[in-house]
Amino acid sequence: MMPFWDTYIGILILTVLKTLALVVPLLIGVAYLTYFERKVMGAIQLRKGPNVVGPFGLWQPFADALKMLTKETIIPTGADKVLFVLAPMITFGLAIIAWAVIPVNNGWGIANINVGVLYLFAISSLGVYGVIIAGWASNSKYAFLGALRSAAQMVSYEVSMGFVMVTVLILAGSLNLNSIVLAQKHIWFAVPLFPLFIIFFISGLAETNRAPFDLAEGESEIVAGFFVEYSAMSFALFFLGEYANMIMISGMTTVLFLGGWLSPLPFLPSGVLWFLIKVFICLFVFVWVRATLPRYRYDQLMALGWKVFLPISLVYLVAVAGVVEYFGWLPHA
Amino acid sequence: MNRVLRWTWSLVLWEILCGLGITLRYFFRPKATINYPFEKNPTSARFRGEHALRRYPNGEERCIACKLCEAVCPAQAITIEAEPREDGSRRTTRYDIDMVKCIYCGLCEEACPVDAIVEGPNFEYATETREELLYDKQKLLDNGDRWEPELARRLELDAPYR
Repeated sequence: MMPFWDTYIGILILTVLKTLALVVPLLIGVAYLTYFERKVMGAIQLRKGPNVVGPFGLWQPFADALKMLTKETIIPTGADKVLFVLAPMITFGLAIIAWAVIPVNNGWGIANINVGVLYLFAISSLGVYGVIIAGWASNSKYAFLGALRSAAQMVSYEVSMGFVMVTVLILAGSLNLNSIVLAQKHIWFAVPLFPLFIIFFISGLAETNRAPFDLAEGESEIVAGFFVEYSAMSFALFFLGEYANMIMISGMTTVLFLGGWLSPLPFLPSGVLWFLIKVFICLFVFVWVRATLPRYRYDQLMALGWKVFLPISLVYLVAVAGVVEYFGWLPHA
Repeated sequence: MNRVLRWTWSLVLWEILCGLGITLRYFFRPKATINYPFEKNPTSARFRGEHALRRYPNGEERCIACKLCEAVCPAQAITIEAEPREDGSRRTTRYDIDMVKCIYCGLCEEACPVDAIVEGPNFEYATETREELLYDKQKLLDNGDRWEPELARRLELDAPYR
């Protein structure tokens, strides 16, 4: 007689429980990220931010959620109804799905698969479909322009992001995110690969359509970009999807460069708390950058992606590969 | 050569770091916000808010229906009708201010020879319908009764400069 947790049903139940244990805190985190952003941006602009709903305005995200839920979902007459409804679900779903492989602590990833990095990369590339479908299905010129911009932007920045990841893989010698973190036991990859760390983070800003690369939304030029026509819950899904993506990119940065759950000080125990602190710092920088920098022009955005990031990451990749090969530091060689 | 150097220097992101430094300094500064419904800015004694019609201490209304305010009003927001009362004094039978037309210039207040029509300190009189903002005589007199202590204080403070 097999133990219950090894039967198919047992594994299924266990996986569902694990997923809930990850997704529920994640969703709460997403909700509170909107609050956090408003507070931080407020402080930088010498404002207070939300402070009326509940103590310190802490219930503001729930008030916003209730407001969104009670609004009317408007589907434009010219829109492709199926795709129009599908697009925000794709965006939000993909932002959540990616978390399956992120190890928040040693072996805590829901799916500890050997191609974790590849999976992450594939999922974040799929994210562009939500945007394109939304822009196309809305049947509105602003939405369409926004979708085109954002598609071009995400595709461009994925290239240099890919090279940055390959460099990390050379040093770690594994595609498994758990082993990548363990490979940083002695030194975080952010130190030897500092320029790439910066490139990865900036590409992350572009990948999530955050300021200063928020041309896809571009309130001052194309109203709200690809989600102009959305309202109520479908709008909320896009909105939350953007924030979930921010957390996801922060998580990726943490795992690939900042040593995941590893403690920065040798005498302190490692654990999930360190992962959370590092993600939190990354998110603060996301918001901080948004409150500081104005939006890029579109040609500058493309020039930065193709003429600066791509050559630098390519040269760095070759250099790292050469050095590692020459000194025989290749792991598992 | 200079171009190459400048391009290389731009990779350091120095200007962006300076900008981030400035915003970080502002992050720790004290907030400039007034917590509005709970705290309010002080207003001048000359603040021109919601209108009120004042009375004499014995309860007699001040307005003598001279219609100077109606004449001076640049937005033509004031409508007055008047006829003699039983005791022979001249009083208004109708004194309307269209608060939607009013531009809060304060000329009615300046024109009034008996300090009857004044603009008070109140600015929180938003309504849900437009019709509620078409004030009649009763509404203006009620405002005067409600704000009289404050109105008298403001007139006294401003008197040396008139």
